[in-house]
Amino acid sequence: MHNSQAVVAEQFDDRVQQHEAASLGMWIFLATEIMFFGGLFTGYTVYRNLYTTAFETGSHLLNARIGALNTAILIASSLTMALAVHSAQTGKRAKLIFFIISTMCLGAAFLLIKFFFEWTHDYAEGFVPGLHFTYAGPHASHVALFMCFYFIMTGVHALHMVAGEGVLTVLLIMAWRGRFNQERYNAIEMMGLYWHFVDIVWIFLFPLLYLLGARF
Amino acid sequence: MSEHIAPLKIYFFVFVALMVLTLLTWRISYIDLGQWNTVVALLIAVCKASLVAAFFMHLRWSASVMRLVLFAAIFWLSILISLTIGDIFSRHVLPQPQSWHAAAAITNPSATAQGR
Amino acid sequence: MSSQEIAIEPKLNYLNCDYSIKSWLLTTDHKRIAWLYMMAITFFFTVGGIAATLMRLNLLEPQGLLVEPETYNKLFSIHGIIMVFFFLVPSIPAVMGNFLLPMMLGARDVAFPKLNLLSWYIFMTGGSLVLYTVIAGGVDTGWTFYTPLSTLYLNTHVMAAAGGVFIAGFSSILTGLNFVVTIHKMRAPGLTWFRLPLFVWAMYAASIIFIIGTPVIAISLFLIVVERIFHVGIFDPSLGGDPILFQHLFWFYSHPAVYVMILPSMGVISELITAFSRKRIFGYHFVAFSSVAIAAIGFLVWGHHMFISGQSVYAGLVFSALSMAVAIPSAVKVFNWTATLYKGSISYEAPMLYALGFIGLFTIGGLTGLYLATTGLDQHVHDTYFVIAHFHYIMVGGAVMGYLGGIHYWWPKMTGRLYPDGWARVAAIIVFVGFNLTFFPQFILGYLGMPRRYAVYPPEFHTLNVISTAGASILGLGYVIPLIYLAWSLRYGPIAGPNPWKATGLEWTTSSPPPTHNFEETPIVTEEPYRYDRLAEEIHVA
Repeated sequence: MHNSQAVVAEQFDDRVQQHEAASLGMWIFLATEIMFFGGLFTGYTVYRNLYTTAFETGSHLLNARIGALNTAILIASSLTMALAVHSAQTGKRAKLIFFIISTMCLGAAFLLIKFFFEWTHDYAEGFVPGLHFTYAGPHASHVALFMCFYFIMTGVHALHMVAGEGVLTVLLIMAWRGRFNQERYNAIEMMGLYWHFVDIVWIFLFPLLYLLGARF
Repeated sequence: MSEHIAPLKIYFFVFVALMVLTLLTWRISYIDLGQWNTVVALLIAVCKASLVAAFFMHLRWSASVMRLVLFAAIFWLSILISLTIGDIFSRHVLPQPQSWHAAAAITNPSATAQGR
Repeated sequence: MSSQEIAIEPKLNYLNCDYSIKSWLLTTDHKRIAWLYMMAITFFFTVGGIAATLMRLNLLEPQGLLVEPETYNKLFSIHGIIMVFFFLVPSIPAVMGNFLLPMMLGARDVAFPKLNLLSWYIFMTGGSLVLYTVIAGGVDTGWTFYTPLSTLYLNTHVMAAAGGVFIAGFSSILTGLNFVVTIHKMRAPGLTWFRLPLFVWAMYAASIIFIIGTPVIAISLFLIVVERIFHVGIFDPSLGGDPILFQHLFWFYSHPAVYVMILPSMGVISELITAFSRKRIFGYHFVAFSSVAIAAIGFLVWGHHMFISGQSVYAGLVFSALSMAVAIPSAVKVFNWTATLYKGSISYEAPMLYALGFIGLFTIGGLTGLYLATTGLDQHVHDTYFVIAHFHYIMVGGAVMGYLGGIHYWWPKMTGRLYPDGWARVAAIIVFVGFNLTFFPQFILGYLGMPRRYAVYPPEFHTLNVISTAGASILGLGYVIPLIYLAWSLRYGPIAGPNPWKATGLEWTTSSPPPTHNFEETPIVTEEPYRYDRLAEEIHVA
């Protein structure tokens, strides 16, 4: 086990300062992510308002049921992530490992559904601009613009999830080796913040992409 | 120890609330509310995001500077979106003033035939 | 300090503790990382400067002396990309911010030292990609990458250039993150916010811009790459896209970016003016708040780059008014520096010459910015040499002078050596003269209608262009001279001692060069900064 000296990095005075610095650092990083996705939301907002009908048409081409399922899966993964942080804070190694694995599985389920169910289906139907776009209805180029934003926004989101899965793998290995305890769990907590943020992005993506224009 | 350990109950309540809100937003999209569909959907999304931020991300128990960071990002993002949208939607607001048409008609009658 | 001391620093410091290459390339010491950045940006400045030299040589003749127009397009593009993203944006924050921030706060290092090193490697990766762009044949979009030219019509290395800038952006983001956390969480006991040196306030404001603005240019460059690969139509009018959307996303960062380039320089000037007039800053709170105000309001004015792009007239109105507002905090600073000088005990060492030059040249640059913010006038001078002169007055007359002044001021702290001040003053004056000769004629050229980014021009502009090029050669000389005497000083310069300028500030309380952990003991702060009045009493007593 590590002695308490090694728990605090040498630029910090104590654990409290280290923890606060880590939290503030992660929140600032999330602020940059808000602005990064924000640029995409800006473009989306512009075109959504310019081409409202075409965007609604495009939205109807997506499967809202699958989108809702994926939303539920991601929320569940946020729960397991929060429970993982709790386990780390209370020093429960077995639970920590269990909840990290659960989070990873739920995240993987989300990605599998997205890539191997939705996107393959979209490609087969000819909804992918630049690669295979055969939609021939009215305002096809504006519908293509919708699809652009759909693929770019969910794609960038998925990239963030893949990166998250990578970091979770590293944390899993560290947890397995007993590197976390009640005094030393910053990394888990910071990863939790990141994971919840990725969930929040999806919470906005789901209605804006899948639920446009009522389906009645 | 300044790090707050939230009681597990809270996580489960928030989880249930999030699931309910997800179901709600999905089903409401099948009801015709006209313009309000978007507003309702976004409001529900903001509620869900707030729950995740406040409880899963511990913002409720964090130092105020974290909240400041979040609100700063939201504030400046709204500046980006609103001023950009403001440009897009004010591009063709006012037609040319009537007096210009009148002046043009006097000096060059044939040109005004093509005017907007 | 006795002048007969032998030229060996006896104590272990951050430079002599380990001489191996590995200890430099794997360092997490903020002071060594500052040197890594300094070497890098000096290199990039040279590359960007060579591009500028070729441009100005070409402009010696109306029909273009040196290069084809296509090549000229590549020259100004590379000049802009490298100077903006790989020199100006990192210069003071990454070099002086990294070196000084922890010391001014009384800390041992920044909050995340390993992240700091990673930032440098990310910066070098981005820079390498841009250098590859140069070698592979260049890019000719201008540093502004406007669509649809960059996405539809060009066959040059747009993606590599955009990629290089995209990657380097993360270096800025992480540096800004590091600085904000360090300032919030690692101040020494007693160091409240209003006891911070103004340089720290400037770093804080610049860091806010790094954090909020840089991701937006990242996404805009990302969209360019996506559009080039997939031809999807995001910015293509024929498919419903809006090219001006790109400009909104681009300038949302790139305008605040210019404040990133000037705010740290203003922070340096606050330090120099107080030190070399031996006086407290006039209106500390005003100067501190104006830094934050510039950062905040700076995010509201980006549309003033787009008055004639097709943006709505009403948006133009709003952006014009807000642009007037952003000039106010800058003016506040100029007034406060001037008031600080008044009845100060002024001495004219090289750093002070740079600072005084800054005040004058920045004022000219800032005032001409107001002309450009006026939509009616901008109609005529947009995309002319008037704009070029305006921003070079700010960027070179302002930011670079601040950088050079800061280098000269803190050189003794960083190296433990003094440079020959006589040569330094000569160089400063040469820079000032050369700069004005280069860029003042460009105000006139722009006003008379000479467009920017043109390899050729009508014969009536010949004389002014020749003067400008002549000035540029003098300016270049002024930049080369410090390289020589600063390098010389490393080996032959007199030992500096901890506080050769008798300045206030925590960084001057530790040895020169400082030990790796900056302070033997964490300092405790009990008073406001710039207490030169008290320092004068102590010297009289001693």
